Amino acid sequence: MSGEKREGRPRFRPPRGGPGGLGLLEKPQDFKGTFRRLAGYLRPHLGRTVIVFVLAIMSTAFGILSPRILGLATTEMFESVQAGRAIDFAYIGKVLLILGVLYLLSALFSFGQQFIMAGVAQKTVYDLRREIKHKLTRLPLRYYDARTHGEILSRVTNDVDTISSSLQQSLTQLITAIVTLAGVIIMMLAISPLLTLVVVLVLPVAFALTRIITKRSRQYFVGQQKNLGELNGHIEEMLTGHKIIKAFSREKQSLEKFKEVNDRLYNSGWKAQFISGIIMPMMNFLNNLGFVAVCALGGFLVARGAMALGDLQAMIHYSRHFTQPITQTASIANIMQATMAAAERVFEVLDEVEEAPDNPDAPEIRESRGAVSFQGVQFGYKKDDLLYENLDINVHEGQTVAIVGPTGAGKTTLVNLLLRFYDIDAGRITVDGLDIRELKREDLRQIFGMVLQDTWLFNGTIRDNIAYGRLDASEEEVVQAAVAARADHFIRTLPEGYNTLLNEEASNISQGEKQLLTIARAILADPAILILDEATSSVDTRTEVLIQKAMAQLMQGRTSFVIAHRLSTIRNADLILVMNEGQIVEQGTHEGLLAKNGFYAELYNSQFAGVNSSGANPLAIG
Amino acid sequence: MIKLIRYLKPFWPTVVLVLVLVLLQTLSQLYLPTLMADIVDKGIAAGNNAVIFRIGGTMLAVALVSVACAVSASYFSARVGLGYGRVLRNKVFSHVQQFSLREYNQFGAASLITRITNDITQVQMVILMSLRMLAIAPLMMIGGIVMAVSRDPNLSRLILILMPVLALAVAVMAYLVMPLFKAMQAKLDKLNLVLRENLTGIRVIRAFNRDEYELKRFDAANLDLTKTAILVNRLMAGSMPGMMLLMNLASIAILWFGGQRVAGGGLQVGNLMAFLQYMMQIMFSLMMVSMMFVMLPRAMASVNRINAVLDTEPEIANPAQVREAASGTKGYLEFRNVIFSYPGAEVPVLRDISFRASPGETTAVIGGTGSGKSTLANLIPRFYDVDSGSVLVDGVDVRDMTQESLRDKIGFVPQQALLFSGTIASNIRLGKEDATSEEVRKAAETAQAREFIDAMPEGFDAPVAQGGVNLSGGQRQRLAIARALVRRPEIYIFDDSFSALDFRTDARLRQALKEETADATTLIVAQRVTTVMDADRIIVLEKGAVAGIGTHHELMESCKVYREIVLSQVSEEEIA
Repeated sequence: MSGEKREGRPRFRPPRGGPGGLGLLEKPQDFKGTFRRLAGYLRPHLGRTVIVFVLAIMSTAFGILSPRILGLATTEMFESVQAGRAIDFAYIGKVLLILGVLYLLSALFSFGQQFIMAGVAQKTVYDLRREIKHKLTRLPLRYYDARTHGEILSRVTNDVDTISSSLQQSLTQLITAIVTLAGVIIMMLAISPLLTLVVVLVLPVAFALTRIITKRSRQYFVGQQKNLGELNGHIEEMLTGHKIIKAFSREKQSLEKFKEVNDRLYNSGWKAQFISGIIMPMMNFLNNLGFVAVCALGGFLVARGAMALGDLQAMIHYSRHFTQPITQTASIANIMQATMAAAERVFEVLDEVEEAPDNPDAPEIRESRGAVSFQGVQFGYKKDDLLYENLDINVHEGQTVAIVGPTGAGKTTLVNLLLRFYDIDAGRITVDGLDIRELKREDLRQIFGMVLQDTWLFNGTIRDNIAYGRLDASEEEVVQAAVAARADHFIRTLPEGYNTLLNEEASNISQGEKQLLTIARAILADPAILILDEATSSVDTRTEVLIQKAMAQLMQGRTSFVIAHRLSTIRNADLILVMNEGQIVEQGTHEGLLAKNGFYAELYNSQFAGVNSSGANPLAIG
Repeated sequence: MIKLIRYLKPFWPTVVLVLVLVLLQTLSQLYLPTLMADIVDKGIAAGNNAVIFRIGGTMLAVALVSVACAVSASYFSARVGLGYGRVLRNKVFSHVQQFSLREYNQFGAASLITRITNDITQVQMVILMSLRMLAIAPLMMIGGIVMAVSRDPNLSRLILILMPVLALAVAVMAYLVMPLFKAMQAKLDKLNLVLRENLTGIRVIRAFNRDEYELKRFDAANLDLTKTAILVNRLMAGSMPGMMLLMNLASIAILWFGGQRVAGGGLQVGNLMAFLQYMMQIMFSLMMVSMMFVMLPRAMASVNRINAVLDTEPEIANPAQVREAASGTKGYLEFRNVIFSYPGAEVPVLRDISFRASPGETTAVIGGTGSGKSTLANLIPRFYDVDSGSVLVDGVDVRDMTQESLRDKIGFVPQQALLFSGTIASNIRLGKEDATSEEVRKAAETAQAREFIDAMPEGFDAPVAQGGVNLSGGQRQRLAIARALVRRPEIYIFDDSFSALDFRTDARLRQALKEETADATTLIVAQRVTTVMDADRIIVLEKGAVAGIGTHHELMESCKVYREIVLSQVSEEEIA
């Protein structure tokens, strides 16, 4: 049942709305600071970035110059026709040739700029992703506890993606837009200050309109985003609980709720899209207003001989392209905001407090004997909520320690501390007499081998998954480990044997088989200390007997920590730690603890409560 | 794409309206250059100011019509686009809800969620963009050509040459870029996969010191993605300036040849200027088409994913002819020679299972991993259909009942106790919508949940987070049991539902359940022998077949498999 896994359930950030970047709502906390920091990532590519900017400016400049030159040809034609003389085609040819060269250069520069920027942007993003991944390996588990996987994933993919497209497009677009605006105004001024004034009059109106529309649509986009989030949440919940919904015939209620939220989404959605869709026609209209004004007024001027027709043509052209950079800048400004917000989230990850660095003078451990002791250990996941106040445990070389207790008693905490996933608040934990904080984490963890309750396997072959325990293991060793874990048999019955590719959810083998693979992995790692975290709870009891035998063999001469619910599996432990509500309430041997008649005794006796009352005592028969 | 278009049906009138509006908008837009030409040729050339301002006024009016059309088009297209999204979403969601577990598992929950959310949003966006931009393109092109020909048919022959060139450029671009976009998406997915694995397996990775190894795996995926991304972006870098250049060169050609026509007296200068503008509009519409190529591959992938869902017919449907159970028969369960296999499996998981259970009886199913215990339980509420044989409830084949009436008889407690966001009470009431507080309290009490519920400050109104993540496994399991109890069903199914409970709670719970379920049939799937020992009937499954049926005592005598299970769990030390 892949869908019922609690972990790894996808979480969705609602997709960002709308064309034209108007749906981008997020605002960065500190635009300037983030911008500066993001710009820092371009520093290694400074030379190329400068070239990109220069090319962008040149390409735009040439693009702006060309209508004016085109106008020269028109003027020549018009004036010749008006004057009744022959058109000077040599002159026109020359003009068109210059124009062709200008077009070509403009295109080349534009191409070069985007070509180089592709490399710069993608390389920058590559570095960013890499840096995040490196950072993630250095973050303490506390960080992961407090966040969903979806949240972290979205920072590495969605947020980095936003930055990527922003670098690729928006940055140069911004430059182009500004240069275009400036260039067009200069060109227009050069042609006719009077007509320029007419066209520029449109400017404040354009700005105001853009602002008003953006503001209105923003409010609907917020609504859209909220409803979309709610809808996605409902879908996620209903589909994850598909089986339950079916079992209790709740399809109708679920669909009703869905429709209700979907309706709300529709209502806010179409309004948002409508209002943001207005901006283009509005700008177009303003353009046309300018166009008409220039045509009429310019025509009047040309007729009076105060202006050349080619100039009017150029003027018309410029006025048409005048509002474009303004709308562009408005949308880029929004994109930039979103980009900075994304960058901020990424930097937030990069700024997280890392695990304490390894001790540089760490003693080297070749061979561990596997003696573990906790001395006065104090620990809590939260500072004000201590789990262990003063914990003392002494485990000798080769001993088996059983950790028992009801669900949620905090049994895995012990493991977390042993492997130094968390650092203790006070006291010390030693392995072979060495404080584990003195050791390199890598060396420490080399000593341990563990099989966790949720079987983690990755998307690869069965062989690779077993060899994860020791990367340099030979084929023979992998098979041996599988045999020892009683996994060899089922692997060989698979059509591809050891080469079988586990799919994404590893749903092509059963839960018990997965467990066997993780056991094989631990066996191959051949650690000095074993940690079995309810390792066999979803393997059937008969297989479990086999595994126990393999384990017993493996546990020979090794210190082992076994966490299990089944009392039968821990009876022959050398030391039993009884946990309840996060605390170790009792410790000792099975007999000793029974004699004590405390929590353990009650726990143990309750196992047979139902048996005794019904009189069907299995023990009388065996 | 075509398949999904049919859901546009209710919107056809609006779509037509949008197209008409867009047409009007385009026409008025196209009319402007003609008016401009008139200003030049009739106004300026003749030096007639009155004409200039009169035509100027007309232009203003035309511009107003244009903007009015555009705004209304935006309004209606927004309603169509989003409305379509709403219809499609409803359609897909309700379709998925009808999926049996077979289809559900075929896709996986995560994938289904993405399809209903992100994929539909993608398609909705494309519809909207198509109405706004793609619809304009052909209208603009045709209109532009008509207007250009009307200005000067001779010069229009240039269009015949230029258009195919540009169209070819667009086609080549699409041919090159589309597969790359697809590949990029796949590589992004791969990167996500590696990262997701890294997050779920963080403890294992650290315990095995495999950080370096995982970094390498991530880096390989990252580099692979980056390379493709650079390639795609560089190709795109060539496309835009390339097309602009083509357009600009075309305008040079028009000026050159047009100039000669002007010299020959066949064309007025104003018309040449208008012609140039029409040419630009034609080219521009082609470029708009090319922009769709960026959106289309992603949208197509989405469309395919949605279609895959819609094309999957739920295997289980209500029968045309519903059969009712004879009145008075309540709580009878029977398996008759049931054979069942999962899709694609070579061997059946359940082989020839037969047994009967009557009200008041407890039937336990025990067996190893993969022996088919849970599958057996899943057949009763008809999560799957049997290959052959039949499952009968109250003497009626489950395939002859409606799914609702069948499931109303059943209180199902799944292996994974999944809860929903809401309160403790709302979660229990999922079993029976109109349950009184008294009933809810009683169910919680029987399920041994009272203790922890009372310990919460809000009691039964304590909030439950999605999936119940704010409760412990044992607490979730007890609430799932209460949820089934509150229905007071004819048949209880406990699918390994006590595994997260400690022994003490387990024993107390079973004691309480015994009274509660006295007149119902109870089916318990379990791993622990202690859980099943006092059942009226124990079914021992081994590799999908019945290895023995009987009471504990009978099986201890007769069934080797059962004896092994018992011995492995409880008695080692007592025997010794």
